[in-house]
Amino acid sequence: MRYAETGFNLEIDLSRGNIERVATDPKDTELYLGGLGTNAKILWDRVPPEVDAFSPDNLLIFSAGLLCGTPATGCNRTIVSTMSPQTKLMAFSMMGGFWAPELKYAGYDKVILRGKSPDLVYIWIHNDQVEIRDASHLAGKGAIETAELIKQELREPKAQVAAIGLAGENRVFYASIEQGRSSASRGGIGAVMGDKKVKAIVVRGTNDINIAQPAEFIGLCNEVLEYIKYREEHPIPGVMPILAGLGSPQEMKVHDEKWHTENFMWGNSRVRRKGFWNDEIAENWKETLESARTRLISCFNCPMKCGATISMPGLPTYMMKCFTKLTYTMGAFSDLDFGLRIAQRATEYGVDGFSTPQVMAFALELYENGILTDDDFPGMPEDNEGRFYWLLDRIVRREGIGDVLADGTYWAAKAIGKGAEEYAHNTIKKHEQLPLKLSMLNPIYFLMYSTGEKINITQIEGQFPQAPFPKREQREEFVKDWIQVPDEKFKQYFLDWEPRGENSMPYYPTVPMVCDIVDWQEMMHYIDDALGQCAGLSSFPLKPPYHIHNYPKFISAGAGIDMDEDSLTQAARRYRTLVRAINIRRGMRRADEKPPADHWKKRFPELEAKLLDEYYKLKGWNKEGIPTQEALHKLGLDYVSRDFIERGILTEGEEASVPEDSEKKE
Amino acid sequence: MDTVNGEKKKKIIKTIKIDVDKCNGCRACEVICSAFHAEPKYSSNNPARSRIKVIRDPLRDIYIPVYAGEYTVAECAGRDKYIIDGKEYDECAFCRASCPSREDFKEPDSGLPLKCDMCEGEDEPLCVKWCLADALIYEEREEEVEEEETLEELEVGLESLASKYGLQELKEALARLSQQG
Repeated sequence: MRYAETGFNLEIDLSRGNIERVATDPKDTELYLGGLGTNAKILWDRVPPEVDAFSPDNLLIFSAGLLCGTPATGCNRTIVSTMSPQTKLMAFSMMGGFWAPELKYAGYDKVILRGKSPDLVYIWIHNDQVEIRDASHLAGKGAIETAELIKQELREPKAQVAAIGLAGENRVFYASIEQGRSSASRGGIGAVMGDKKVKAIVVRGTNDINIAQPAEFIGLCNEVLEYIKYREEHPIPGVMPILAGLGSPQEMKVHDEKWHTENFMWGNSRVRRKGFWNDEIAENWKETLESARTRLISCFNCPMKCGATISMPGLPTYMMKCFTKLTYTMGAFSDLDFGLRIAQRATEYGVDGFSTPQVMAFALELYENGILTDDDFPGMPEDNEGRFYWLLDRIVRREGIGDVLADGTYWAAKAIGKGAEEYAHNTIKKHEQLPLKLSMLNPIYFLMYSTGEKINITQIEGQFPQAPFPKREQREEFVKDWIQVPDEKFKQYFLDWEPRGENSMPYYPTVPMVCDIVDWQEMMHYIDDALGQCAGLSSFPLKPPYHIHNYPKFISAGAGIDMDEDSLTQAARRYRTLVRAINIRRGMRRADEKPPADHWKKRFPELEAKLLDEYYKLKGWNKEGIPTQEALHKLGLDYVSRDFIERGILTEGEEASVPEDSEKKE
Repeated sequence: MDTVNGEKKKKIIKTIKIDVDKCNGCRACEVICSAFHAEPKYSSNNPARSRIKVIRDPLRDIYIPVYAGEYTVAECAGRDKYIIDGKEYDECAFCRASCPSREDFKEPDSGLPLKCDMCEGEDEPLCVKWCLADALIYEEREEEVEEEETLEELEVGLESLASKYGLQELKEALARLSQQG
């Protein structure tokens, strides 16, 4: 018997309309856990680097995490993996909600889509019955609207639906997959779904998920619940409210947006508005949110209320979470009322809430600076808000300038030319980033931005405080009950970290310390992504209920895989390296690993080079960021070295090879 | 039974108070309920087997946790709708019966009815314990009830035999049986 996982994947060939239920190898679970880990293995094995995002040979994998569907609190993530049209690298965006557990109860760990359907379809998975159904009547429908229509037509109100909107159908490079209160938005995975002509995947399951050691497992779950209660009652002092508690940043709950509105950039990630927040705005925005927000809501089996139901007068109801609350508002220099209104349309269209407002602000900046002209914007309204709606409508339909902008700022700038590239200034690996522009280089963040392959800062940061605490007593207080550290040395790193003086940034934490800190933070995210655990109860907040000390127990008791801290660390390293190997094989090199040039004003090129060198070394990668033969061997990834050597990426003796065009990049 | 017909008796009534305004729709109650009632305990889980269900319709802001009551052989002849605070509810949303009109509160494979047992042996029902949103509150209250003398199982059986065959027939049959030893 298989525990925690079902042991079956659904393989669907859309070109031929063939559906197969395929048993998986339990050995792969031991080596790569599940979720992201086993997705990476499948993509490595089956999608060679020549395969483009929109090739029928690209796979689109919807995976539940290893522990999804078990009683482990907050373990509900769907990990969607494919090749991104925007970055050309592996995309592994994820979503919470209810879909992944439902898939498990239906009897599957993953749905693997290949080929392309000739016509628009949706996939209906109901336990053993799996059908590809016509979706022509759903063409052009909103993502949320689609979910409602399908549930009605199937008479299955309990089915869970992951759907794309118009943006996905039209292959917008930052199209999302929407699932009610959650979405998998980064990397353009919605475009790949649209390219495969799959409007939605609908799941309903009523089978059991088995637990290997029931009493132990439920004991661990109860401990987690107790710790959540404790943390709710004991927010961390000395950090801003959104970092003090658990969960995703509680954007749907909080009203005080002084920190975001005055520290994040407005427009095309350009303008910092110090002194923006005042009583009148505070009052006004509070009223907007309170009248729009019907209820704070959760994902499957999780007490955190990170999302909300939003009903703006005159608009259909939708659900929202986290920072999309402000991205449109700030992109358009507008107010919260506008932000919540346009987000309704954007959610139905199915677009990424980070990239989309920036692309639109970028277009208007090009217009203001004469690089784009009136001819590019025929009929665009005069008012600012109107322009954002106008642009959004055109992007998702790929109409006129919208067709260019639908590829994101990096590719749009290349296509537009005339100096437009200067304006596409906020990308990493061709993907739009959070609008942050800061003063002094933060070495920890430098490494995370540079080397994070999820290409989203929130998906690598978390376990180590973002900034030093001013007083030693505060730091001592903080480390007292810091049980989550993998090693006591992290406490010392933090104790000695000062806001000013010798032990301050950028030279403290020292290079080796920074490498350790980043490695730890990244590892926790990778473990979450394989187990299907939400980062909001694990890798993202300070002092979370899940950590390196209890995770091995969860895996052992839940999945029946004998696991300790070392073997879990090793497994996480293995599939993390495999993700890198996939991207290296697709041409990613050191030259690609850098934050936006203007992310910090004060830069330290020598220190930055050293940080990368040392971090690569710690990871077992050579100077180009390529995993070495020796490191691959230690992880049991000799098949990767063999492939690298065959392709001339590594030579025997581990000399790095730089692809010809790598030097020319940017 | 140690009470005499018609005497008042104190009885503990176990209640789960449901505050639908606090429900966050996470279904942790369904998860832990189905895990607790698995055989062996906690060896599996499956919300479809849960004896508590969250009736949810997120876009209409409907979240009602309902826990399973008695089995009923027939569905209601007519079904009402309730409009509360502008939201329309099917009356089944508040009904605890395991009934032919819906798939809730039945074992998914056998179709046998499920009924909440308040997690016998635990301090409180586990759905309550796992609901950190406090939408489920466990309450015990004492009520004085008029207790009719309850017949033991054997007596119930004998009574029905007596009414079918007549008391005399039954007596004779019992006498024959005891002679045979």
